[in-house]
Amino acid sequence: MIYGVSYLAIALFVFFVLIVLGLSFYFARKTKSANSYFAAGGTIHWAVNGVAFAGDYLSAASFLGICGMIAFVGYDGFLYSIGYLAGWVVALFLVAEPMKRLGKFTFTDALDSKFNSKAIQLTAAISTLIVSLFYLIPQMVGAGTLVEPLLGLDHWVGVVIVGAVVIFIVATAGMTSTTYVQFIKGGLLIIFSTVLAIYIFTNGLNLNPDHKNQDYIQPMTLTADDMQGFTSVSNIDVDALSFVKMEKDGIYRWFTKDGDKFEEAMSTTKTIDGEKLYNGAPKEEGKFYQVGNMVTIIKDGVEVESTGKVGPLKFLSVINSSEIARYVKVLFDDGDNEVTAYVKTVTPGKEMLIPGLKFKIGKGATPLSKLNFISLMLALFLGTASLPHILIRYYTVPSQRDARKSTIVAIAAIGFFYVLTMFMGLGAATNGVLNLEDGNMSAPLLAKAFGVGLFAIISAIAFATILGTVSGLIVASSGAIAHDLVDRYMGKQLSDKEKVRAGKIAAACVGVVAIILGILFKGMNVSFLVGWAFAVAASANLPAILMLLFWKKTTAKGIASSIIVGIVSALGIIITGPSISKQFFRSEGLHGLDSPAIISFTLALLTLIIVSLLTQKDNDKKLA
Amino acid sequence: MDHGPAVKLGVDHAAKRKTRLGIWMFISYTILYGVFVAIGVANYEAMKIIVFADLNLAVTYGFGLIVLAIIMGLIYNWRCTKIENEMNKEGEV
Repeated sequence: MIYGVSYLAIALFVFFVLIVLGLSFYFARKTKSANSYFAAGGTIHWAVNGVAFAGDYLSAASFLGICGMIAFVGYDGFLYSIGYLAGWVVALFLVAEPMKRLGKFTFTDALDSKFNSKAIQLTAAISTLIVSLFYLIPQMVGAGTLVEPLLGLDHWVGVVIVGAVVIFIVATAGMTSTTYVQFIKGGLLIIFSTVLAIYIFTNGLNLNPDHKNQDYIQPMTLTADDMQGFTSVSNIDVDALSFVKMEKDGIYRWFTKDGDKFEEAMSTTKTIDGEKLYNGAPKEEGKFYQVGNMVTIIKDGVEVESTGKVGPLKFLSVINSSEIARYVKVLFDDGDNEVTAYVKTVTPGKEMLIPGLKFKIGKGATPLSKLNFISLMLALFLGTASLPHILIRYYTVPSQRDARKSTIVAIAAIGFFYVLTMFMGLGAATNGVLNLEDGNMSAPLLAKAFGVGLFAIISAIAFATILGTVSGLIVASSGAIAHDLVDRYMGKQLSDKEKVRAGKIAAACVGVVAIILGILFKGMNVSFLVGWAFAVAASANLPAILMLLFWKKTTAKGIASSIIVGIVSALGIIITGPSISKQFFRSEGLHGLDSPAIISFTLALLTLIIVSLLTQKDNDKKLA
Repeated sequence: MDHGPAVKLGVDHAAKRKTRLGIWMFISYTILYGVFVAIGVANYEAMKIIVFADLNLAVTYGFGLIVLAIIMGLIYNWRCTKIENEMNKEGEV
């Protein structure tokens, strides 16, 4: 086992949940109207709203996913930080104040403010639900991922716990309790990420990253003269690598052959009878240890064993001139057994600190791989300002000026956090804490190396991160169902009280659906799914928002058709693309494009322009 | 059917000027973001060049984009507040 149950983490998590439930009870008594349920009465202070924005936005993908990706592939993970933050520029300069001016409870309100169109009400509500569900799945999967190793509970238990708590938060006091949960979580996340970064700088960089709480185990290196009791059993060549299976005391391990040297590879083996072995032994024996360390350290032009305390800039400059041991995943079959080997790859720090280890834009790049990169950066840039659960937070403040100020607080808080992701990710990469099977656990495991208390706090915050984001998503979905679909599209003309009741029922239903999806999608990569949510949101929603605000000829039919084209094209490209095909059908897919935004956003925009020009009569009638 | 703001908002006479300012700031930032992506695609080796305090272009530019977003946000708010104070009476916005 790489990590065991942390009772302190459980206690802190329970403490946090109790505070959250107490807040929800407190605000429930005050939440009687639809305005207070869906928009917190529009009375939230801009500074609180700004931090709540950060709490809403910094999801499991940001905290667990980005840090994990930086730990494994360096700067390519940081590209997500840059793109996610840059998206807030679109929100601040173009969207914040008009959204506040035009909408009431939901993103659909704003889009439909000039038209009162059934088509917009239906398509925008469906878009809200699809984007929110895409976003919900990784959060729920993340909940299960955290609970499994930390609390010793099954994946589905974690999903159910988070789902149940969030349903309670949202169904009692809606946006008010959600705001304060997000405020607390956003604040805690930023404070303790800073603490973790300070630990990293104080600790510095070390060739043998032993910590008070865990010793670092170097993978073995054998030579032809000194085999340390291992005997060679068989060889397999995969790509340019030569793997050798070695046996000692009845345990089989994999090594890579390099001249007369044999470097140990970490490996998992799935046997034909379903057993999973870690470095040849059952998981409980602890043979599959944590890795990731500096291979050489050059400080101020001199090779050293450790740097001692360093500042943030020195930390990066030392990494830039040194070398890091990364582990690259290789899959192959050994007879009937499926082997996943993680091969130690010494990587120059200067390669870790530029793009290219994950996204193929340099060596070995193709036009398609470059297009994928551009498309991803476009989706991240355009996605933020089109996420319904983010946009509804503009309705919780009293004025347009407050909407603007709260966005700036959000940019400062989120930007600061994203700068820290670079240090947390590289800290995990160099401190011997990486779990090769699950990159998402890199930041919590780094905290564990520094101390059980910090680990418990960081783990509890990781849970809180999921609670805060899921609450926001469920409020957005509940508004789409109760307000957009039932009240407005179906014309049920609900009273204020009925609307609140419908919202609460919708929240419970969406919560249950989220729980089911979280269990079904166990094992899917957290950051990846969020990247898709951004692509779908950017394609379906942003052309509609921007053209409504800045092009007078926009018509209701133009908006509705652009939303449909955006959703269908983005989902179509994702479903027929390589990732889904590999995950579910073990095939390459119909095309090589993983990130759809560059095509789907363009198609949606063109559709809006063409359909609007063809339906100008609708606007003329309205004016007449 | 009322689907206007959840709270009663005053008239904002400054909206046009703020929108224009927002568009210009958005375009400026988009160009810088676009250049960053373009360098990555066209010549990613250039990202290795040391440009500031022993940091390479990739790190400096990446951190720079984050810090710039914060600075531009503060400038935008300062300008917008000034425009609002000039053009709106008390109680408006």
